[in-house]
Amino acid sequence: MKLRQMKKNQSGKIVKVTAEKEVGRRIRDMGLVPGATVTIGNRAPLRDPVAIKISGCVISLRNSEADFIEVEVENE
Amino acid sequence: MNDVSEVIALAGNPNAGKTTLFNRLTGTNQHVANYPGVTVEKKSGDYQIDDTKYELVDLPGTYSLTAYSIEEVVARDFIAKEKPHAIVNVVDASNLERNLSFTVQLLEMGVPVCIALNMIDDAHRRGIKIDHKLLSEKLGVCVTPIIAKKGQGVDELIGCARESLDKVRKPLEISYGNDIEEAIYKMSSIIEEKKFLTDLYASRWIAIKYLEQDELIIEAGDNANQNISTALKKVVDEVTAHIEGTLNTYPEAIIADQRYGYIRALLKQGVMTRDMDETRVFLTERIDAVLLNRFFGPIIMIAIITALYYATFTFSETPVGWLESAVGWLSAAAESVIPEGLLQSLLVSGVIDGVGGVLGFTPIIMFMFLGIAVLEDSGYLARMSFMLDRLFRLFGLHGNSVMPFIVSGGIAGGCAVPGVMAARTIKSPRERLVTILTAPFMNCGAKLPVFALLVAAFFEENEATVMVIITIVSWVGALFAAKLLRLTVLKGDESPFVMELPPYRLPTIRGVLLHTWEKVWQYIKKAGTVILAISILIWAMMTFPGLDENRTQAFESQRQVIAAAYDASITTELENADEDTELSKAATELQKKMYEIDGLEAETALRHSIAGRIGTAMESVTSVTGFDWRTNIALVSGFAAKEVIVSTLGTAYSLGEVDPEDTSSLSEKLANSPSWSKATAWALIIFTIFYAPCFVTVVCIAREAGSWKWGAFSVVFNTTIAFILSAVVYQLTIL
Repeated sequence: MKLRQMKKNQSGKIVKVTAEKEVGRRIRDMGLVPGATVTIGNRAPLRDPVAIKISGCVISLRNSEADFIEVEVENE
Repeated sequence: MNDVSEVIALAGNPNAGKTTLFNRLTGTNQHVANYPGVTVEKKSGDYQIDDTKYELVDLPGTYSLTAYSIEEVVARDFIAKEKPHAIVNVVDASNLERNLSFTVQLLEMGVPVCIALNMIDDAHRRGIKIDHKLLSEKLGVCVTPIIAKKGQGVDELIGCARESLDKVRKPLEISYGNDIEEAIYKMSSIIEEKKFLTDLYASRWIAIKYLEQDELIIEAGDNANQNISTALKKVVDEVTAHIEGTLNTYPEAIIADQRYGYIRALLKQGVMTRDMDETRVFLTERIDAVLLNRFFGPIIMIAIITALYYATFTFSETPVGWLESAVGWLSAAAESVIPEGLLQSLLVSGVIDGVGGVLGFTPIIMFMFLGIAVLEDSGYLARMSFMLDRLFRLFGLHGNSVMPFIVSGGIAGGCAVPGVMAARTIKSPRERLVTILTAPFMNCGAKLPVFALLVAAFFEENEATVMVIITIVSWVGALFAAKLLRLTVLKGDESPFVMELPPYRLPTIRGVLLHTWEKVWQYIKKAGTVILAISILIWAMMTFPGLDENRTQAFESQRQVIAAAYDASITTELENADEDTELSKAATELQKKMYEIDGLEAETALRHSIAGRIGTAMESVTSVTGFDWRTNIALVSGFAAKEVIVSTLGTAYSLGEVDPEDTSSLSEKLANSPSWSKATAWALIIFTIFYAPCFVTVVCIAREAGSWKWGAFSVVFNTTIAFILSAVVYQLTIL
């Protein structure tokens, strides 16, 4: 499933990052690469962007950017 | 002792504590400049140990060494071209995986690196154990655990850095898989054979950058040798097509994934162990649960912004008052020492007022940056940006645009000078520029006397409503102007918002003070000289050409005629009187008549000056907005500072210089003047909100945007918008 569809506090493993160019580079720079485990944190007041936790740090990501990330959720 | 000191650069991720280490090592012994042609700050400082002096350079914090942001380009160019003798890579120990991805990119360049494993105490608290000796062995570079904040381990780190000085290292080679490796091999052989860019970069590194589609390297390659560059691109195209066909991905993604794979494998070999209690909630998360709460978050944010705003302007009031009285004292002293005439006028109205103008802003800038430094260093600024991103993005702005807008007068009464400077917290170039250009639409403290004057004259009964309308108009105008700019001159995709929300940290006093001092000093030094020059220029425009002999003589004889009508004792009484003397009735009457002549002479002189001629010449154009030559001159002089509009209007209505704090005589005059109506008042209010920022702001815009082009643009663009809007308002209201 897409990262955008995950619920708060749900964890998942990144399977694929389909973004290219600058967005792709930025996403990978933050360690959002296949194999990494992410947990969904707070959403901003207008439900976008979303804060996600990855190995101890918090990254903010717009919904449109979260669409580039495919995840595998353990217990759906 | 060596005269030419060796250069040690600090590099690493944002929030890894580079600047803390830099401050710890250099103290107050640092200087800030800009890298040539860009607005990124170059911080350097001296560090001395055992009679050897080193020059430390704090490179901008970046997550990688690609060419997507100015910071990355600056950091990479510095490393490749300036060839620092050693690079200290500051790494956040709690976040080793991501931080090492930067390290690996440095190692791939083959530059002399040593690693500072910073905030090792935080990592321990989080249950992360790092075998730094093993890491050092695996990477082949020195690794030192440090706590930069407390200075722990810093001496060992310096020892390491000195050992690595000028050490030639073989570039690290990570295996990127068969397809990529084959391409790299092909490209490297071409590169090495032709010595293509090899003076700057390692051959394998150039090949990798071509595969990563790095625009700057490819451009440099095209310029160096078009044929070789084309041959390399051909190899890239082949492998890209192959990878897309077989794996449905592309080289850049594979390279990034493999880098992380390499790091993960490395860490798993015993470098890092984590006995983390998965259920443990860290302090940052607990704070975020409140501060990012969907209901309380925005309320707290509004409270913090408002508090910061009032603190800035309240605390700076006293020092601004001191500066003002100092300037007043200096003017009075100059007036008493230098005889009346051009020289006195130049010194008082040109130089002293100009210097006063520069200094008058410094307390506000200081307190504003103090506040922002605390917000930024504590980690809250990133959260504000996170909460506001969705809203501001609609207008092509950035979540961080809120601070510049508020400080500029989003809450009426701010100042655009610190407002424009506050846009530095925005890292995306287009969003930042749009913020800089639209923040001056907010109602700064200097526009308020103009509004107060017009409200008193025409809308006395609805004062509060009119002020609310004025605030709303400026916000709506600024947001739509931002959208307009983003659809035209600053067209382009929105910058990605992939951003770290750093852990909350208590800001260090030393760091915050250094940060603030830097900004204030930079403002005084860089902006100060230009502001002084323009101040003198505006003075000249309002003074020259002066009235000719005959006209002055005519006023003088009028004075003599009036004086002749009174008894000689009364004229003497008036001549000898100072401000506090109580005058007789006749003397008061005479004084009033003299003031009238003075006023008339000032009005004639103003109309005769360059500014006056501009105002008169513009009358044909500004009839559309209902402004006569008096208003025009006032608006021209308002370029010096918006409150000057009021005092110039006073002169133009022969009331002499009107004090912006007390405008009752002027508002009465306007209310009774046949050339004024509510429509004119609305038109002038709208024009004042939107037209060209004062020149101090323009100087700051030019400095912050990195080019005078943008300073000039803001003058033309804002005045055009102001003219159109006020014309529409005027024409609609007189209907």
